[in-house]
Parts: sequence; structure tokens; C-alpha cells
Amino acid sequence: MLQEIQSRFNHIPLESMLEVSEKMGIPLSDIYGVATFYHQFRLKPQGRHLISVCMGTACHVKGSQAIYDLLRQRLGIKGDEETSPDGMFTVQKVRCMGACSLSPALRIDGDIYGKVKPEILDTILHKYSRVLG
Amino acid sequence: MIKVDKNFVQYSGSGEFRIRVGMGTCGLAAGADQVFEALKENIKKMEIRGTIVPVGCSGTCYLEPQIEISREGYPSAIYGNVNAANLPSILRSYLSGSVEGAVALREKLGVMKGEENVPLFDELDFNKHQIKRVTINCGKIDPESIDDYIATGGFTGLKKALSMKPEEVIDVVKASGLRGRGGAGFPTYLKWLICRQAVSEKKFVVCNADEGDPGAFMNRMEAESDPYRVVEGLITAGYAIGAHEGFFFVRAEKPLMALRLRKAVEEARKRGFLGENILGSGFAFDVQVILSAGAFVCGEETAMIAAIEGRRAMPRQRPPFPATKGLWDYPTNINNVETLAQVPVIFQLGPSKYSEVGSEKSKGTKVFCIAGKVRRTGAAEVPIGTPIRKLVFDIGGGVYEGRKFKAVQTGGPSGGCLPEKFLDLPLDYESLQAAGSIMGSGGIIVLDDEVCTVDIAKYFLTFTSAESCGKCTPCRVGTKVMLSILTRISEGDGEMGDLEKLRKLAESMRDTALCALGQGAPNPVITTLRYFEDEYVAHIRDKVCPAGVCPISKKVK
Repeated sequence: MLQEIQSRFNHIPLESMLEVSEKMGIPLSDIYGVATFYHQFRLKPQGRHLISVCMGTACHVKGSQAIYDLLRQRLGIKGDEETSPDGMFTVQKVRCMGACSLSPALRIDGDIYGKVKPEILDTILHKYSRVLG
Repeated sequence: MIKVDKNFVQYSGSGEFRIRVGMGTCGLAAGADQVFEALKENIKKMEIRGTIVPVGCSGTCYLEPQIEISREGYPSAIYGNVNAANLPSILRSYLSGSVEGAVALREKLGVMKGEENVPLFDELDFNKHQIKRVTINCGKIDPESIDDYIATGGFTGLKKALSMKPEEVIDVVKASGLRGRGGAGFPTYLKWLICRQAVSEKKFVVCNADEGDPGAFMNRMEAESDPYRVVEGLITAGYAIGAHEGFFFVRAEKPLMALRLRKAVEEARKRGFLGENILGSGFAFDVQVILSAGAFVCGEETAMIAAIEGRRAMPRQRPPFPATKGLWDYPTNINNVETLAQVPVIFQLGPSKYSEVGSEKSKGTKVFCIAGKVRRTGAAEVPIGTPIRKLVFDIGGGVYEGRKFKAVQTGGPSGGCLPEKFLDLPLDYESLQAAGSIMGSGGIIVLDDEVCTVDIAKYFLTFTSAESCGKCTPCRVGTKVMLSILTRISEGDGEMGDLEKLRKLAESMRDTALCALGQGAPNPVITTLRYFEDEYVAHIRDKVCPAGVCPISKKVK
């Protein structure tokens, strides 16, 4: 059910959790527990585009951390935040999406990019900014 | 996720050409979707009568994007590293009767120009050491077409199994020597038998498709490229145990796998392979596909059960094992994707032929994924017991030019790093365990001299400390403390006493953690400490990271 809420709102708002709790008679703490346990659920609204940087072992040894850092820097994401100030991009780390043979990999919404190099990051990002005008 | 319109350009007749495009996750990552679009355009422009078939991954990921052009009466040619720019010349060349520029051919017929210069696909260095059983269809058949699967002998294994008594089915699996391919290597027949013998009005079978080990993508490849095989395996398991309901528990990070399994379940239901009275046997069975919300610990059986029931995925004390008390307290059998994919093979070949390959204690083949600092990346199916060297060097082509091999990391976060002296070690459950690592799901990451083993240990502890479910103290606190010590060492603030602390901590975690996640978490530290202690010492005493990776080396600069 939380998966459906998430796919509708892009995150799980507190109000939804309260509603689920009330209608199903499950303590809010239990729902919050589940929502914070799994990686998929986010409690804060997400940017228009979700960038997932793969942090699998193969990607790690091929420099995915540098790509993650550079992405955040380019998008101006600071501190504990995951979303850029303009609300366009959310950058998250994921635990291996199984594209190890083409590491380092990242995914933007549904599109996967393999053998990502820092030099081409801007070109990739540009594609998504332009779509939105 | 991807839009694929099949048979979109079928002019007159059945279409002379069949062009396959590798569109598994790795193909897509390499840009197969652009190749697909370019193919559509070119085929129209050149007025080629044919069909474009999106297929799965053929294992040779290093060649992606990959296409295969077939025409009746001519050899099928495989082209690698295709892009929108080189595609027109590839098509023109093939149309003009030449296979020059192809990486490999499916067969040689001596009718096209240049055939003698192009090797057969099965004879490529990457392929010639393999024995393909569960991956035989991968990259060849249309993964969404049940007819394609049936044409390759699909569901004949199930038919055979359904003609036997469930106990006989279990006996066949026993005779085959099949052991769980998810990592632990538990004999599959025994799991089935315990569940069969449990007395209950209801039983369940679950396919563990929550492939979470970083570096392992064989389940993704198998289920994306040949999903009906896994469905067939699950139905057989259900019949053997006496379950009428099954689940696929699929990791959300691998959406294409879920898509393909859903489609396969739907089609199988339409054709009477699922539902009431399967193939007239009187056996009823149906399956649901469930998406995991993402937690590494879900791979642990009892945690997975909690997740399917909608709770936090926390493992519990075993026994009772899921085989007697699982989903909603009913007996539940859980098998890995690859284990189930092996089942139809056993019934097709017969158990004695099946067990002809493999090692003494582990029969059959296993798919290993080769990635990291290695020339040819991909997935290779070899007999269990194949030496590591064969996989890394003969199949994978070794490390890059000018680099030096350092270690292989096997088994994901619960595995370890094995140095050069273990290269001749056979890849089987026992040998890897004796060396301090595990086979796990079969991910092999090659590390060269640019990789720091302290950093690798730190990387895995970052992983396990974040993924620890927090239920038991040894794991929750142990991983955190280990990580903070490793971080300190990597920053140049380590002390020699830290090594002893790490060793002690590792030992107590291994002995006291509740589940395999916590018990296995120290393995990356134990093995790097055992085989690469000099690197730790260099960080602590000399304040240098020999590979130049850790923060310590940036400080000096």
C-alpha cells in the first residue's frame, strides 16, 4: 500500500501515513517503521527527475563516488539534502542495479547510463533540463 | 519502462530478416535503446523486410550494444559496440552479402564474403570455456514470447515432472545433486522434502529474486532474458511440495526483471501452465509477482517472509525454518532464481546427465558475473569447480594493459578478497569458504593495483552498517565500530592496535550475529587483513595508501 502511495505522490506524506493508520487500525509508529526501513520510501518530496547513482562494488572501484560528488556539486545540493534547490533533480545512492558489466552506472528516471565519465555528466544533465525548457 | 513495439515493420510475407537487439539492463545502459530507434529508421529507409526482436542479454556484456542479423539461408552475424553512427554501414555490408565487421557468427555456411575471418560465437574466448544450460536461450529468444520458449523445449521438463509422483520429483532433484545457487549451497531436494513432509492445509513457494549482492546480476540476466524457465522451475517446485500458491519476490532496483516475470506469469496462465488443472494433471497452482521495497537483508529467508507479509524485513531466530513455519506460519519453500532455472534442465537432461559436470560435492553449472577491473565483463556459465583463473583470465581476458592483478572479490558483502595465490582455487562452496570467502550468488569483482583493499573493506562495511536491520547488537553495533576504525585508518589516524581490535570484533560478530548478514559482514575485513596486512600497516605506520585511493593520500597532497 505504501508503494502505491509513493508512486502517486512521489513520496509518502505524513497525512497519508496518518490516514492509513486510522483507516486500518495500525499504529502510526508501525507504519513509520516500515516507511523508514526500506530504501524505496522517501518521506520528503522528490525532484522532477530522480538520479540514482549505482554504488555497487564494480561501480565503486571505477569511481562512482566521484561521480556522485560531482553531480551534487553541479546541481548545488548541499548538506543532508538530496534534492536540488530548484526542485528539478533528486540524487540518491543505490545499491547496485545489476549493470556491473558497464560500470560505473547511473539511472535517471527510467533511463540507464553505463560507463559514465565525469566529462559527459553535463551532457546527460543537459538533456533533462532541456526537456523541461 | 522501455517501449518496445514488436513486429512494427513487417512488410509483405513473414519478413526476410530477423534482427535481434540485446535489450537487457546492460544493453540499455550501453545505449541499446538508441540503436533500436536507429534500426527502425534505417530498416524503413533501406526497405528491409524484417522483424526487430528485442532480446535479453547473451552474457557478453562487454560487446553491448549488440545486435544479431539473421536471414534464412545465410549465417546469423553478431555485431558488437553498435551505435547509431555505425549501424547503417553494418546493415549495408550484410545486405551486400558480407559479414566483415561482425564479431561472431552463429554458424558458418560458406555463402557470405569474409565468413572465414569471423569466429563462431561459441568459440569466442569469452564463450568457449562455458557450458550453457540455464543461459542457453539468453540473448537468443524473445523473452516475452512463450512460443519462443516452447520452441526451444520449454515446459517439457514440467510435463515430465507432472507425470511423476511429487516424491519421485524430489528423488530426481536429489539424484541431480542440485544445491541452492543463492549462496548457501543447501541441497535443494532436502529443502523440498522437509516442506513436503510438513503437514499443513496450505503451503507456499517463493522465488527469491531480490538479487541484492553488489556485483551480482546473473538473476537479473536469467529472469530478464529467459523468464519462462524460472516460472517453469517454480511450478515444478510447487508441485513437488504440494503448494498451490507461489510468489516472485523481485528487487525494485531491477524493474525490467519484474516486468518480464509479470508478463511471463500472465502468458503462462493463458496457456494453461498456471491455474486450475495444469496440463490436465489435476494440479492447481498460481503465482504473484511482488516488488521488494529495497533492503539488502530481505535476501535472508525469514526477513523476506516478514517483507512479503508487509512488515519490516527483520530476520528472526531459526529454527523453526521457513520450510516448516514460513509465510503466515505456513510451510514455505524459498529458492533462488537460478536454482529454479536449473530445475527444468534437470528434467530435460535427466539427473545422471545433469550431474556429469561439476565438482564432487556440487553438481551442474553456475553462472558467474565478471566485473570490475577486467577486460571482458559479463556473465559466464561454467561447471561448478572451475578455477578462478579460468574465469578471470581465459574468459574475462585479465586486467587492463599495464595494470597488475591484485585480488578477486567474491560473494558480495559477506564474501572476501582473495589474492593471486588462490587463482587456481576451484569455484565451489567449500573451497571458497575454506579460503575465508564465499561463493555467494556468484559475483566476481576483479581488483587491480589501483584498488586499495582497506578502501574495499571500508566500502563493504559502509554497505553492511547501512543495511543492518538493527535487530541484533553484534551486527548493528559491530558494523558501525568496524566502519569507524576503518575510516580512521583510511584517514591516516589508525593505530597498530586497531588491527587486533578488528580481528577480535570480527570473530565475535561471526559467532554471535543473528543472521547471515551480520555473520558474513566481517569477511571483507578478515580476508583483507589476512592477505593484505601490509596495506593496513602502510596506512597506519607509514601514513600512505599504496594505491592512492584513501583520504590519507589527499592529505599529503
